[in-house]
Amino acid sequence: MSIAAETKSQVAEIGEKYKYGFVTDIEMDMAPKGLSEDTVRFISAKKGEPEWMLEWRLGAFRRWLTMKEPDWARVHYPKIDYQNSYYYAAPKNTPLKQSLDEVDPKLLETYKKLGIPLHEQMALAGVAVDAVFDSVSVATTFKDKLNEAGVIFCPISEAIRDYPDLVKQYLGMVVPVTDNFFATLNSAVFSDGTFVYVPKGVRCPMELSTYFRINASETGQFERTLIIADEGSFVSYLEGCTAPKRDENQLHAAVVELVTLDNAEIKYSTVQNWYPGDENGLGGIFNFVTKRGDCRGKKSKISWTQVETGSAITWKYPSCILRGDESVGEFYSIAIANNYQQADTGTKMIHLGANTRSRIISKGISAGKAQNTYRGLVSVYGKAKNARNYTQCDSLLIGGDCGAHTVPYIESRNSTARIEHEATTSKIAEDQLFYCLQRGIPQDEAVSLIVNGFCREVLQQLPMEFAVEAQKLVGISLEGSVG
Amino acid sequence: MLDIKNLHVAVGGKEILKGLTLSIQPGQVHAIMGPNGSGKSTLSYVLAGRAGYDITGGSITYNGEDLTALKPEERAAKGVFLAMQYPVEIPGVTTMTFLKTALNSQRRARGEADLDAIGVLKLVRAKAKTLNVSEDMLKRPLNVGFSGGEKKRLEILQMSVFEPKLAVLDETDSGLDIDALRVVAEGVNALRDPSRAMLVITHYQRLLDYIVPDRIHVLAGGRIVAEGGKELALELEAKGYEHIIKVPA
Repeated sequence: MSIAAETKSQVAEIGEKYKYGFVTDIEMDMAPKGLSEDTVRFISAKKGEPEWMLEWRLGAFRRWLTMKEPDWARVHYPKIDYQNSYYYAAPKNTPLKQSLDEVDPKLLETYKKLGIPLHEQMALAGVAVDAVFDSVSVATTFKDKLNEAGVIFCPISEAIRDYPDLVKQYLGMVVPVTDNFFATLNSAVFSDGTFVYVPKGVRCPMELSTYFRINASETGQFERTLIIADEGSFVSYLEGCTAPKRDENQLHAAVVELVTLDNAEIKYSTVQNWYPGDENGLGGIFNFVTKRGDCRGKKSKISWTQVETGSAITWKYPSCILRGDESVGEFYSIAIANNYQQADTGTKMIHLGANTRSRIISKGISAGKAQNTYRGLVSVYGKAKNARNYTQCDSLLIGGDCGAHTVPYIESRNSTARIEHEATTSKIAEDQLFYCLQRGIPQDEAVSLIVNGFCREVLQQLPMEFAVEAQKLVGISLEGSVG
Repeated sequence: MLDIKNLHVAVGGKEILKGLTLSIQPGQVHAIMGPNGSGKSTLSYVLAGRAGYDITGGSITYNGEDLTALKPEERAAKGVFLAMQYPVEIPGVTTMTFLKTALNSQRRARGEADLDAIGVLKLVRAKAKTLNVSEDMLKRPLNVGFSGGEKKRLEILQMSVFEPKLAVLDETDSGLDIDALRVVAEGVNALRDPSRAMLVITHYQRLLDYIVPDRIHVLAGGRIVAEGGKELALELEAKGYEHIIKVPA
């Protein structure tokens, strides 16, 4: 039985409920199971990479062998057997496509089920899509318009070949190869991802969007994203994903690096909807992500917005290094954990420059038997005079078996810094629900309405294209959570 | 329209309503008066279907249907509306969003098409004007930071938007000054309709100066102990509840 057919029957056995739980039957080009230097070489060769890139990967791999998996997060999961996983899977025979017509119709069908009609919708919405199917980018649209503006938006594998100087200069600059266990693993085996460069003074003419999707059984997904906003430029990047249903836990360890030079701004929005596992906590994605932005230039700004509804385990702290004077970092987060999901997420705001400002708005929602932790660090260094931070952490509990935890770390080495922290924990009150019901709003919709209200400040930060989808997702992920 | 027969209701194992019988015809406005703890609010919650109010005996028939078999949201879609004594706050959900969600939920349950955002906006704005509900209130999160008077006006606005068949007003007069009371009462009176029944629950006779009922029931100890026309309210006001309760009419 082929792997695809096997998972297909598994999916059928597990049953429905997860809307995006289907598997596309496309032959996979797999790396041998397990992780060794050979695996790294295999991946690098598959991507047709130059020697320097292979060396970079091998350096990371050797480093990784000496590292220990971190255990400080409030998440519990069975030990991951890194030798029992595949590290590369690509749809077969996919030289870069010139147009969507060349794309496997089955693949396009998959996107359609996900509600991503590449053909029409993207044109209408003015969104360029670098669609990642498993590990290889298959179709890229809107290249011309972006070319005109001088914006580079391409698979990172392509950037390694075509823009080696930019990649060499910035790759691993924000998240060093040695940064942490999962980031180092990613550096060794990343399969593909997205590269964006916005030149000086350019306002990117459209929202950039990538859809990630895991579609091969037991294949870790290691995305690598690098976005550089040169002086005075602006770009808004949307990342969203849904994954098919599985009963094997799947490892996902992405690395995202953002760099803003003087007066540049990056707005990075994520809707994360990986398969969270079933009602009994079986299956689901392990999501260990390292996302970090470097506000390198003066008056530059990086804004993270995330809606995290999926994954069995979420380990994720999109952070900002506020290096440039007067730079601004923002983190807006909604983390929803239902059933047996565990989320440990938050941010780090590292104030290095003078007059730097940061703002953290975190909304955690726990239901079922889920555990939801906000973990954040605000650190003001000695030279960061007049640094400002405002942090607001709100937790909402649905039912009596879930947990919400807030772990804020605050360090200040400058007496002129001003740091504010507010935290609340609340429950959906019975009288709120009754009020909605009495006005004719059914229970699941009432929960969705109340939770969306709770998350409003964050949802407002999302670009329009995502806001509607995110609101629906909030409702869907909490369906049936109230008795 | 509404027939309550020998209704017994317990809350947390304690019997609150002990054989209440009441009948309302379309077009009528009935008032329920009674001292604190007599079971007035319990009656309103039972009609709306709130969880935790256990019917231990008797029946409630609404338009020929067993009302108790319906979920709260089904009752709402079928025209049962409860203006609450303490309207709840829902942070982050604007009043307009709430009204639109509720209205379309009811419409969907009745098999009607959704009203689009502009349609809802027009409808709500027109009704809001007459009730002195400002545009600003519609944009603010539902009931958050509203004054007592604003909350009650908003309840009446919802009643006028949903156009229920049976409206239960639970102590709508509580916490209102005389001007606010007048606005609310005018709003209620404007909704009097030959096809609509109203049940006005109040502790004080004051409200009934403005909303003149067809019939008054006095509730005490979980039962109706006195019934009469509007003059009964004046008698209550003059002599107090104790007199009536001791000497049932």
